[in-house]
Amino acid sequence: MNVQNKIIKTAAEEALIEQFSNSLGSLPGSTAVVSGRDCNFAALMDKGLPTRRVEAWHYTDLRKLLQNIPALSNSDNADAVATLVAGSKLVSILNGKVASIPSLPKGIEIEKFSEQLENDTVDAVFAETTFDDAIGQFNSAFVKDGLAIKIAEDADVKELVELQFAQSEGQMHSRLPVTFAANSKATIIERHISVSDAQSLVTSVVNLKLEEGAHARWIIVQCQGASDTHLGQINIDLAANCELELYVVNAGGKVVRQEIIAKVDGSDTNLTLRGVNLLAGDTHTDVTLKLGHNQPNTNSDETFRNVLYDNAKGVFQGQIKVAQIAQKTDAQMACNTLLLSDDADFSAKPELEIFADDVICAHGATVTDIDPAQLFYLMARGVTEKTARGLLVKGFVAEVVEEFDDEAVVEALEGIIRDWLNKNG
Amino acid sequence: MLEIRDLHAKIAGTDTEIIRGLNLNVAAGEVAAIMGPNGSGKSTLSYILAGRSDYEVTSGDILYNGSSVLEMDPAERSASGIFLAFQYPVEIPGVATMEFLKVAMNEQRKARGEEALSIPDFIRKVKEAASDLQIDMAMLKRPLNVGFSGGEKKRAEILQMKLLAPQLCVLDETDSGLDIDALKIVSDGVNALRDPKRAVVVITHYQRLLEHIVPDSVHVLYKGRVIKSGDKSLAVELEENGYANVIEAAA
Repeated sequence: MNVQNKIIKTAAEEALIEQFSNSLGSLPGSTAVVSGRDCNFAALMDKGLPTRRVEAWHYTDLRKLLQNIPALSNSDNADAVATLVAGSKLVSILNGKVASIPSLPKGIEIEKFSEQLENDTVDAVFAETTFDDAIGQFNSAFVKDGLAIKIAEDADVKELVELQFAQSEGQMHSRLPVTFAANSKATIIERHISVSDAQSLVTSVVNLKLEEGAHARWIIVQCQGASDTHLGQINIDLAANCELELYVVNAGGKVVRQEIIAKVDGSDTNLTLRGVNLLAGDTHTDVTLKLGHNQPNTNSDETFRNVLYDNAKGVFQGQIKVAQIAQKTDAQMACNTLLLSDDADFSAKPELEIFADDVICAHGATVTDIDPAQLFYLMARGVTEKTARGLLVKGFVAEVVEEFDDEAVVEALEGIIRDWLNKNG
Repeated sequence: MLEIRDLHAKIAGTDTEIIRGLNLNVAAGEVAAIMGPNGSGKSTLSYILAGRSDYEVTSGDILYNGSSVLEMDPAERSASGIFLAFQYPVEIPGVATMEFLKVAMNEQRKARGEEALSIPDFIRKVKEAASDLQIDMAMLKRPLNVGFSGGEKKRAEILQMKLLAPQLCVLDETDSGLDIDALKIVSDGVNALRDPKRAVVVITHYQRLLEHIVPDSVHVLYKGRVIKSGDKSLAVELEENGYANVIEAAA
């Protein structure tokens, strides 16, 4: 006897199916894009939203966490806010649509992704999603707009560029193909904010490609609302002699997953990854890193600092693979957590797969409360307990953003930390 | 100013009694030295004065300006004018020294009902105090005590003491880890704070520090009690003969 194990669709999955079929014909794209959407959506729904049974989602049961889905459409009334760092060039994506692109500093070109969707140049982007890539599939099925960014060869763009995703309600699915051409340098802030209390669902996929000798500084600041879902993914390709500084700050959202998938495909390349997760309330935040060292003489250095209050749940999965030819790899990964509530919960899962025999790889995960000796020292100087705790928590996370070599950016990130702690600490 | 009456204290959550019937009076304007062999309870006494919760006072009292401090937390004690210069200042990563100084000074002012310092006033005060102690302003931009040398840490403690202007200063082995030059700078810093309205308690192993900071009274602590008190000549005597005679005489 054959037993058919038919999975019952959740309300969220039903809603997605309905939304997808209702929007057939209205989502932009060439024929190839449209069929790419269909394939991706079918692949996503074939297995349903990922559950604990999928290894990569073991600590984040999206099927359970995603209980309802806001409407696909939304109003046009999201407004941009001031840039995080005064004087940055602002490119805004309001409720999923790219507002007009301002004149940009020399060496950087930005096009609307919606325009690219209409021609065939984006086919490759759609073909790339793998079988267990739920975020990529979700995003590919619904993506409407985004930004195609190119930093020209040898350009050194001094001015900061802020890509501001402001969402008031509904859904936003954006795609950002980004290329740093050979020997170029620029700093980009990818900032996600919520401009109302209404629920929203965001998927954001960045494909960041660094050509030989490029130096990219990419800062993801996620400050969405208390009822929002944020599914982010950054796919990174690094050529030889590159330098990537990637900073990720999560300070909002109800259900958050940020995937960082990096391939170090050139020798003598350095990757610095710094993350801050500020978690409070009844929220779930997951940062998943998959890093492949595929060439010799490359360094990577990852530090995550997490602070949890209330019932917050946090996850860090850090996988480093060192290929057999990737000799002299130096990979250092640390995940440090301050657990400030008995009901909060943090899962850290480091994973090293090393096939080369001459490498340095280390990982460490710590979970602590505030150090009583530090608290006593500050209080012995007249600092009240509440303020002292605040200072220590701020210091714990600020330490990782202070490494960034631009005082205005450090101040802006510290401002986010301070505001968040004032509200939640 | 400081009156310790038959104080008994143990390590919290254990039965290990460290302070066993300690009596001590220090008047305003006085510099009192507390000496004693290792393990006699000197550092514990300093922590108890500052209100560290690892120790539990089981009986007796500590009166500061006539009222008990036992119910006050460390921040309240500090705001009321008690200052402990730590033997081992604690490293606080991620908190710039300047930021910490500003918060500490303003929290104390707030507790006393005073207005917060303006930024120029704050910077001027810090600059003045730092230059007397030969502290480079660049050091104050670094995270508090992180990567400071032994001498820098101790100078930073005295800097805090100057800026917070306490009434009762407790110096816990401030001489440990200092070379001769740093000892001189630190001692000069302390001497500059001598004042008829201020009391200083200097805890030390060695007479060396007391050549720089000359005490008005010297007290020998042994097994959690003051077993002998005298003037500065007592310190000289201890340096020459060690603690054995004094301990024997008290037994």
